[in-house]
Amino acid sequence: MSIPRFWREIRQRYKGIGVECGNCGRVFFPPRSICPDCRRESLGKMNEREIVGKGKVITYTEVHEPMPDFRMQAPYTMVMVEMDEGVRMTGQLVDFEPEKVGYGMEVEAVLRKLGEESPSGIIYYGYKFRPCP
Amino acid sequence: MMRKVAIIGIGETKIGELWESSLRDLGIQAGLEAIRDAGITGEEIDKIYIGNMSAGRLINQELIAPLIADYVGLCETPSVRIEAGGASGGVALAEGYMAVASGMSDIVVVGGAEKMTDVGDEEARNILCSTADREWESVFGATFDSLYAMMARYHMEVHGTTREQMAHVAVKNHYNGARNPNAQFRREIAPEMVLNAPPVSTPLGVFDCAPLSDGAAAVILCPGEMAESYNGKPVRLLGFGMGGDHIAVHDRREMDTMRSTSLAAEKAFCMSGKEPGDMDFAEVHDNYTISEIMAIEDLGFFAKGQGGPATLRGDTALDSKISVNTSGGLKAKGQPVGAVGINQAVEAVSQLRGKAGDRQVKDAEFGLTHNLGGTGGCAVVHIYGRWE
Repeated sequence: MSIPRFWREIRQRYKGIGVECGNCGRVFFPPRSICPDCRRESLGKMNEREIVGKGKVITYTEVHEPMPDFRMQAPYTMVMVEMDEGVRMTGQLVDFEPEKVGYGMEVEAVLRKLGEESPSGIIYYGYKFRPCP
Repeated sequence: MMRKVAIIGIGETKIGELWESSLRDLGIQAGLEAIRDAGITGEEIDKIYIGNMSAGRLINQELIAPLIADYVGLCETPSVRIEAGGASGGVALAEGYMAVASGMSDIVVVGGAEKMTDVGDEEARNILCSTADREWESVFGATFDSLYAMMARYHMEVHGTTREQMAHVAVKNHYNGARNPNAQFRREIAPEMVLNAPPVSTPLGVFDCAPLSDGAAAVILCPGEMAESYNGKPVRLLGFGMGGDHIAVHDRREMDTMRSTSLAAEKAFCMSGKEPGDMDFAEVHDNYTISEIMAIEDLGFFAKGQGGPATLRGDTALDSKISVNTSGGLKAKGQPVGAVGINQAVEAVSQLRGKAGDRQVKDAEFGLTHNLGGTGGCAVVHIYGRWE
């Protein structure tokens, strides 16, 4: 992924900045400029809202045929997490005991390295998930 | 007032790892075969639509519709490529339908073509993953397989769907594929082979996933009132519907269902005046075994959660309650991604002409095709009927 393409999403990837619809209160991540439920009524009312980073696993998989950037980590585990704010996010699960992965597992987002452009290129950081202590 | 639409010709290449053929070769072969089958002349063709997912990245070639038109000797005929991920072929067919039904065009060629083996397997899978959300799914390590795997796990958790039920999707589709001369995999398999295959993304193993293939297919459309004046035995295209959903799986309210599929089916059944119970067969988008289970539920053939048990009982086998993926489906017939929707249409026409050989559904009168883009971000459903 090109440098500007990654850089322009840094606030979302590093700090979990999403939005909340000022009309219905539904939270979105990544940010949307319009609420799909309220549409016209939400225009100009999509206010920034930080996703704190705590949630529960709703589904998971162990990836054996990886994306190119994740070749060295295979097999690795991906999860979809329902955050306390109601939004769902997709990410990698780390620092866990495999037998404990399952529905409802409580996790928190952590900032980790996702990949790199090249050995001398920029490093991509972003969120992954780990079990809550 | 919309005109009725008929399909009067079909053409299809063999599907597989076709090292000796280029995208151009495949498009020409399928197109010429369809033109010959219909018995039309080049001058009669008003428009060409070609479904293709990613020639730009797979073979570094854009503008492929004029390129294929050029090499079938029709460089002056208007042509356009349609991209809707895995639903490219089906959406191209819908565009062709509208061109004929509206009266803007009489004879329309709708093709689908994909050349996937000129890049390595890992790169091809990465390109396919471009039909998921690159910035909010795959950047974090989600593969295309893993997104379907997470839907499978969810379906298993919520509905009690089992690995054995999923395995029977692959077993059935290989059984059918073994009876299709154009299929990539023409071998029957046992459930144990599926269950014991190496994992791709748990719970999905190698035999839960369709291959990435080379191949092309084409159909010829014309107005219903003209259909009998050509050589090819006509089949009615009774209607279609398209539906959409969030592109990222995590944004969907329900992960055990494809909203895009149920929306598309609702519109297609309404337009054609048919119901799920009227269908004798269905070609559904089984890019993964779980996809077929979700599709037969979302299309209205079985209640939500009953797709797995129905498959295990044999309710979707050839000449049962509803014959699903008689061609072998994406799993066994193969998956030339942007061509899939047209491959499905070719199977529907073969069935309704009574020309499907060893996999013929007895007295097939009505059938359906279901073509999915991405992980369900878009879907298109077509409904077909026998001519007489």
